[in-house]
Formats: sequence, C-alpha cells, structure tokens
Amino acid sequence: MVISQIIFYILASFTITCALFVVFSRNPIYSVLWLILCFFSIAGHFVMLNAQFLAVVHVIVYSGAIMVLFLFTVMLLNLNRETEPHKPNLLKFAAVVSGGALFLIIIAAVRSTMPAPYVAPPLSEVGYVKNIGIKLYRDYTLPFEVASILFLSAMIGSVVLAKKERFN
Amino acid sequence: MENNIQSVPQNWYLLLSTFMFCIGVIGVLFRRNAIIILMCIELMLNAVNLLLVSYSSYAGNAEGQVFVFFIMVVAAAEVAVGLALLVSIYRNVASTDIDILNRMKW
Repeated sequence: MVISQIIFYILASFTITCALFVVFSRNPIYSVLWLILCFFSIAGHFVMLNAQFLAVVHVIVYSGAIMVLFLFTVMLLNLNRETEPHKPNLLKFAAVVSGGALFLIIIAAVRSTMPAPYVAPPLSEVGYVKNIGIKLYRDYTLPFEVASILFLSAMIGSVVLAKKERFN
Repeated sequence: MENNIQSVPQNWYLLLSTFMFCIGVIGVLFRRNAIIILMCIELMLNAVNLLLVSYSSYAGNAEGQVFVFFIMVVAAAEVAVGLALLVSIYRNVASTDIDILNRMKW
C-alpha cells in the first residue's frame, strides 16, 4: 500500500459519502453544501491525476460559480425541510433498486473489457496549463470561440426567462 | 512521493465514476424537488468528467481534458438556463415539485 493509493481511498470514500448525502439529506440547503464538498473532492482527484488546470477550473467554475447559483436559488425560493416534497416509500425503494441494478450491469459490462495485469503507463504531463493551452488555442480555436457565443445566448436566455412577466 | 499514475490502477477510477453516476441516477429517480434533480444531473456530469480525465492522463493524450473543459462550459450554461426556468416556474406555480408540474405529461 503506497501513499497515493491511501490518498485515493480517502478521496474516493469522501466523494461517495458526499454524493450519498446530496441525494438523501432532507433539507435542500444541506444537499447544496454537500455537493460543494463533493466537487472539492473531485478537484482533489484531478490533482492526483496530474490535471492541475482542470482542478483549478473545476474549483472556480463548479464550487465557485455554479454552486453559488444553486445556493442563491434555493434561498430565493425559500425551500426548507418543511416544504420539501417526498415520494412514497415504495417509489424510493424502486429508485434505489433500479440504480443498483444499473450499477451492477455497468460493472458486469466493464469487467469483461478490463486488462488482467496492470501495466503502469509513463508519467504524463498533458494536464499542465501549458499543454492544455497549446491544445486549446491551436487545435480547438473555433469551438473555444463558439463556446463564448453559447455563454452569451445562455446569459440572454436566462435573463429573459427569469424576468418578471407583465400582462398588459 | 511516487507518481499517482504508477501506483493506482485505472480500474479504480472506472469503479468510482460508475458508482458516482449511479448515485446521480438514483437521485434523479428518488427526489421530487426539481432543483435537487438538477444537482444530481451535475453529479452525473462530474462522474463522466472524472472518467474522461483519468483516461486522458493514463493515455497521455490532452484531447480528453479539452473535452472536459467544454463539458464544463456547457454545464455552466445549462445550469444558468435551468435555474432561470425554475425561478419562473416557481413564480407561476409557487412550487418546484415535479409531481405538480405534470401539465406536459400527456
């Protein structure tokens, strides 16, 4: 057992615990807070995979922007434990069973494709900012610019949708 | 400290992201609040992102990480539009319960 395997186990158990709490906690605010912790641990996985650029972007975009948006919306709509709707127990049980069955099927499908002996690949440095930047601005310039148009349309769309309607 | 890639097999990341994806699916089926369902969709997207990054750095190919970058872009736009829709629905129906929002079901 080497140290990076121990770090992987700690991070993975933390990620899975947070994800389970997101689904099963009764208060929507707590769900949002657990999801923030889950995203931080995924950023830790990215650091472990030598993808520093994506780790930083993940913390900024997900934990910083998206989750603040979720938190604002939950607080704006005043959702709390009392107003939270719940499904009947039978449907909850069916949901857990079908999710577990999906997990089993995917694992069974993946198992047959796994290579038996593990061969360690060479050290990769593709996740550094320099290499990602070269790739992004040399080969993927057009999608990068199209992404900005997507953001502009999303911005306009969300402003239009969330604006108060006037009937006159 | 030795490199992570040398000592952690990639199957572990495969298992982890499969499990996270299934937790997201369970969450979508389990909850009735539309905001929580949106959050579970984010969870599924992140499971896929983790798998793409692990494949990319195990194979030494940067394209997977560029792809993850674009997935993040699309996820951010999706969340902005989805939450705006939810706010405007809440203003009309005063609820985010998906069992009430069934007018387009049949």
